[in-house]
Amino acid sequence: MKLVIAIIKPFKLEEVRDALTNIGVAGLTVSEVKGYGRQKGHTEIYRGAEYAISFLPKIKIEVAIPSDRVDRVIEAITSSAKTGQIGDGKIFVTSIERAVRIRTGETDTDAL
Amino acid sequence: MARKPDMTRPRQPGTSFKGLKMTTPLLRHRIASALLTSVATVLAAPAFAQAPAAPKIDAGDTAWMIAATALVLLMTIPGLALFYAGMVRKRNVLNTMAMSLVCVMIVSLLWAALGYTLAFTGEGPILGTLDRLLLRGMGMEAVNAAAKTIPESLFMLYQMTFAIITVALVSGAIVDRMRFSAFLMFAIAWLFLVYVPLAHWVWGGGFLMTFGLLDFAGGTVVHINAGIAGLVAALVVGKRRGYGAENLAPYDLSMAVIGTGLLWVGWFGFNGGSALGAGSRATMAIVATHLAACTGALLWMLMEWHTRGKPSVLGMISGAIAGLGTITPASGFVLPWHAVIIGGLAGVVCFWACTSLKQRLAYDDSLDVFGVHGVGGTLGTILTGVFAAGAVSMSADLPGGSPGLLDGNPGQLWIQIVGAAVTVGWSGLLTFVILKVVGLMVPLRVSDEDERVGLDIRQHGESIHA
Repeated sequence: MKLVIAIIKPFKLEEVRDALTNIGVAGLTVSEVKGYGRQKGHTEIYRGAEYAISFLPKIKIEVAIPSDRVDRVIEAITSSAKTGQIGDGKIFVTSIERAVRIRTGETDTDAL
Repeated sequence: MARKPDMTRPRQPGTSFKGLKMTTPLLRHRIASALLTSVATVLAAPAFAQAPAAPKIDAGDTAWMIAATALVLLMTIPGLALFYAGMVRKRNVLNTMAMSLVCVMIVSLLWAALGYTLAFTGEGPILGTLDRLLLRGMGMEAVNAAAKTIPESLFMLYQMTFAIITVALVSGAIVDRMRFSAFLMFAIAWLFLVYVPLAHWVWGGGFLMTFGLLDFAGGTVVHINAGIAGLVAALVVGKRRGYGAENLAPYDLSMAVIGTGLLWVGWFGFNGGSALGAGSRATMAIVATHLAACTGALLWMLMEWHTRGKPSVLGMISGAIAGLGTITPASGFVLPWHAVIIGGLAGVVCFWACTSLKQRLAYDDSLDVFGVHGVGGTLGTILTGVFAAGAVSMSADLPGGSPGLLDGNPGQLWIQIVGAAVTVGWSGLLTFVILKVVGLMVPLRVSDEDERVGLDIRQHGESIHA
């Protein structure tokens, strides 16, 4: 089992969700996060006081899937979240040791 | 200056602008003044008829002044509370609102008990009398000599709302760091030692009034006063932690926009109500007020667009308040086109004060009480001496009105400058002394840790959880 974590631009969330639904991903978790990468930030000016806003708002998606589907999920996210501009985000993949569905007590791939 | 006569209303003879040929600007001004003088004479005629009779409470005046009183109270709660709270950080939103709220409670009670009588009874050069201590003797028929056509209880209440907002305005300079209890003590002392004497000097028959200072609705008493007090308080209390290094950006400017709208509309009662009656002087003051707010906002926006590349919403609302504060002393003395110029100058000068001057002098006046109200109030008080047109302010008691420099009375400019200087001196000195004395009793600032965590949770045990 793998956990795919993708950091994407907020306005790309719906497209990414549609792309993942189309390849049969049954669920995902979304959080509003802030961070910076190559996009850096921007400056805001309030009555002459300039502030560098270095952390930009992003969306973090977490998808737990069977290991054999990782490539298709990565492909779906990459194609749907891409704008070609800096700040499109990143995808990280890690292994999951155990999974449990709370309602039924099913475990591992049955729980995904 | 081609004006269309309003055909829906019967026109008074001699008020037509039709057929007026413009030649030189000077002549144009002379002609316009002469015509307006005749207009004002006609408009003022009913006042002539009334003056010798015994004071009689007028239903129209009373109705307007009740509304105006409500409008001015609305400027503080929720107007100023929203305007200020929208510009602080999220952790200090409630504390900022609390300062406006507490000014309403404390100043109202103290004004009724002692402030009003010291400011507005008797004609001593320095202070009034104790005739209305705890409002004693304020019966159903009572009127104040300054406003003989409305009940004295209403006059007292109207002036109360001015005292409230002036004290509340000062809080903008020290939000984000001043201890709530210290602010309370400061507010009480400042009301009696700074606001009450100034209100008496300028409006209650004191020495600045007899000196001839023109301040229709509070350029000196409210705006210079609050602005200078804010500057001194910002210097004495000290800068916010992280000023110039950390991000102190406003939490929610949309709240500040709503607050600005309430202040703007409330200002119709502030300046229009300062006519103390329902008449053409009130409406002329409102016209001036609104136009000045518009040009103030517009010019600030354009200045910012030009120098910083973007027209910010904070700039627009700051310019509107600058225009409103600056026209305040002049409204009721000037013509609409004067107000357009005064508002525009306010937008430019206050923009410069809040950006360049503030950075050069390196004081941390959190919400620019000095840059907007202090600078705008000073500018407006001086410009009143330039633009005042006798035609707008003539009355039975003052047939020539109160003319300024452009209307042939250059001496007025000097009176205005002296009036502004006295206000700056008194407000600055006494604010400093009061804060030093309060500082001996309780620390003026919250602890560093409280400031970091936020005044909402540390001073009030609450947070907005938004």
